[in-house]
Amino acid sequence: MSSLQSTREQVLEGPKRRYKVLVAKMGLDGHDRGAKVVARALRDAGFEVVYTGLRQTPEQVAMAAVQEDVDVIGVSILNGAHIHLMKRLMAKLRELGADDIPVVLGGTIPIPDLEPLRSLGIREIFLPGTSLAEIIEKVRKLAEEKRMREEAEASEQVGQA
Amino acid sequence: MKRLEASLKKWESETLPQWLERMPERMESFTTLSDIPVRRLYTPLDLKDWDYLEKLGFPGDYPFTRGIHATMYRAKLWTMRMFSGYGGPEETNRRLKFLIEHGETGLSLAFDEPTLVGIDPDDPLAEGHVGIEGVNVASLRDMEVIFDGIDMGRVTTNMTINLPAPVLLSYYVAVAEKQGVPYHKIGGTTQNDPLKEFIAQKTYVFPPEAAVKIAIDVIEWSVKNLPKWNPISISGYHIREAGATAVQELAFTLADGIEYVRQLIGRSLDVDTFAPRLSFFFDAHINFFEEIAKFRAARRMWAKIMRDWFGARKKRSMWLRFHTQTAGVSLVVQEPYNNIVRTAIEALAAVLGGTQSLHTNSFDEPFRVPSEFAAKIALRTQQIIAYETGVADTIDPLGGSYYIEWLTDEIEERAWKYIDKIEAMGGMLEAVKRGYPQKEVTESAYKFQRDLEEGRKFIVGVNIFRSDSIDEARNVPLLEFDQEEIEERQKRRVKEVRKMRNQERWRRALDNLRRAAERGENIMPYVLEAARAYATLGEIMGTLKEVYGVYVEPPEY
Repeated sequence: MSSLQSTREQVLEGPKRRYKVLVAKMGLDGHDRGAKVVARALRDAGFEVVYTGLRQTPEQVAMAAVQEDVDVIGVSILNGAHIHLMKRLMAKLRELGADDIPVVLGGTIPIPDLEPLRSLGIREIFLPGTSLAEIIEKVRKLAEEKRMREEAEASEQVGQA
Repeated sequence: MKRLEASLKKWESETLPQWLERMPERMESFTTLSDIPVRRLYTPLDLKDWDYLEKLGFPGDYPFTRGIHATMYRAKLWTMRMFSGYGGPEETNRRLKFLIEHGETGLSLAFDEPTLVGIDPDDPLAEGHVGIEGVNVASLRDMEVIFDGIDMGRVTTNMTINLPAPVLLSYYVAVAEKQGVPYHKIGGTTQNDPLKEFIAQKTYVFPPEAAVKIAIDVIEWSVKNLPKWNPISISGYHIREAGATAVQELAFTLADGIEYVRQLIGRSLDVDTFAPRLSFFFDAHINFFEEIAKFRAARRMWAKIMRDWFGARKKRSMWLRFHTQTAGVSLVVQEPYNNIVRTAIEALAAVLGGTQSLHTNSFDEPFRVPSEFAAKIALRTQQIIAYETGVADTIDPLGGSYYIEWLTDEIEERAWKYIDKIEAMGGMLEAVKRGYPQKEVTESAYKFQRDLEEGRKFIVGVNIFRSDSIDEARNVPLLEFDQEEIEERQKRRVKEVRKMRNQERWRRALDNLRRAAERGENIMPYVLEAARAYATLGEIMGTLKEVYGVYVEPPEY
């Protein structure tokens, strides 16, 4: 409880604008328990959460992330199609010039797939049994890093002008 | 009773306080997995006006609490029906034969997601999904391969298929026709439960009303044509896996059943003609006594519903016959071999609860569909329970336990409250459209996760006795198969099927199906003809989508 509580304070009081997370389901996977539990937990922890709903294509998810200007994309996959779907998502993000948005993945991922997924650029992979506290804290850190990078870039640009 | 009451008071005031001081209890309060408070001790006093004949009766007699058959497992063990299938029809044919060879007594087909949502393997939406979570079936040709060398007159087959149930059942019947098996020998089950898809599993296709109409078509046609077929398996399993409590699982499943019975009666069918063919499907979770009590309460409640609400006269119409699957959601990645133990305990609960058929999960399922090695251990678990433990030698051995009877009553009472609420909304179809059960399930899932994190519930190796090592998980030998190769093979085959079939017969079959659907007729005879004409799953479902439309889930955020 205490760690959840302190994260909530950091989320609510840290950024000028609340951190925004896209929780996404892709492909035909209907197992949405994990996505909904995590979405709910992130919201309770003070994040702004956008949930895509079911049967989205990776391309739709990438577009939504850009349009919604999110800080983190959290994908939940339990149907085994993770490598295929994540490849497409990461490719589309690159194409949109949005590969600075950190992507995390949760679900039933066989251990041998962890390395290939990480090499696609996925920042965190949460296997079943990961605590909400851990997910929230890691998502918060990634959001914070992204905001810091953006601020640094913004001040650089001001300097150049 | 008075003497007992006095003795209990004496125990509570004299014996207990000394012990509580010397040996304080582990927790302030104890609850079941579903948060039903559990007291320290149960005695006959907890069963106040409890009447044996009213609450239990005898096995094979109303209200069937102790079992639907008078001889239960002493006569016939439950059917060992392992949910299986992966890859293409060839891989699945091999797996079925492997399980039969190791003593499995019934088949159960798991389909991949493209099949579950009724699209062909070359549909863009299917890309990357073909054959992963179950077998891909796109036409009669695939079903022929799955049952190659398996006599369909001698096995019974469960097909976990919902919205496309009319199509898969038609493929099955068409293959049986080719094998020369007469209709009265075709046995098995189609899950065919669309309501739970909106609540939980989410492999929906058509909007709720149309989805229910089609499911009722399958039931009506099967009752008239396939006397041994269970045309529906009213399923709580997926509702539970999505996060429902045992009470919610029970209540929502029975409420779904009530909706289907009403719809069937609405077609002017006599309840005793179809009720004996309705079957159920439940989850067996890890909280041992709660699960046993749930199964016993389910039988008693359904018997009452059928007799008192719907006026069933035949005993068989009042039977709640059910398949059970151990709880996939209870299995974890951490120290995965512990999952074998969890599954064994869950299977034991299902057997003590009087199940007719059982699937035991494999320990590697948090990673992927089971390897042969893991599937065999899961099957062996059932065989050990059946042949070594002796639990199948007497009927309902826990009947009369003060705790079990109290808990059965308690679960029943809580479930009726949900059913009353759903009835007040106008039945399950209305409740689903309002999103009521969906929200209840999400709430429970979230609450359970919080309970885990805050130490009110436990999973060994996860939030208690953590070993912080994934080495064991790393060493689990996983089923290997080349998904891309299978997808290519399935794409190729569906294209060949489209070319080789009699185009005129195929065209006519689909046209007739469309017109029958538009007229509101029972679609089954037309789907069967389309199946025989090698219409693909995507084509048949596509034709139905044109008439009935498609469902999009309303956003929750």
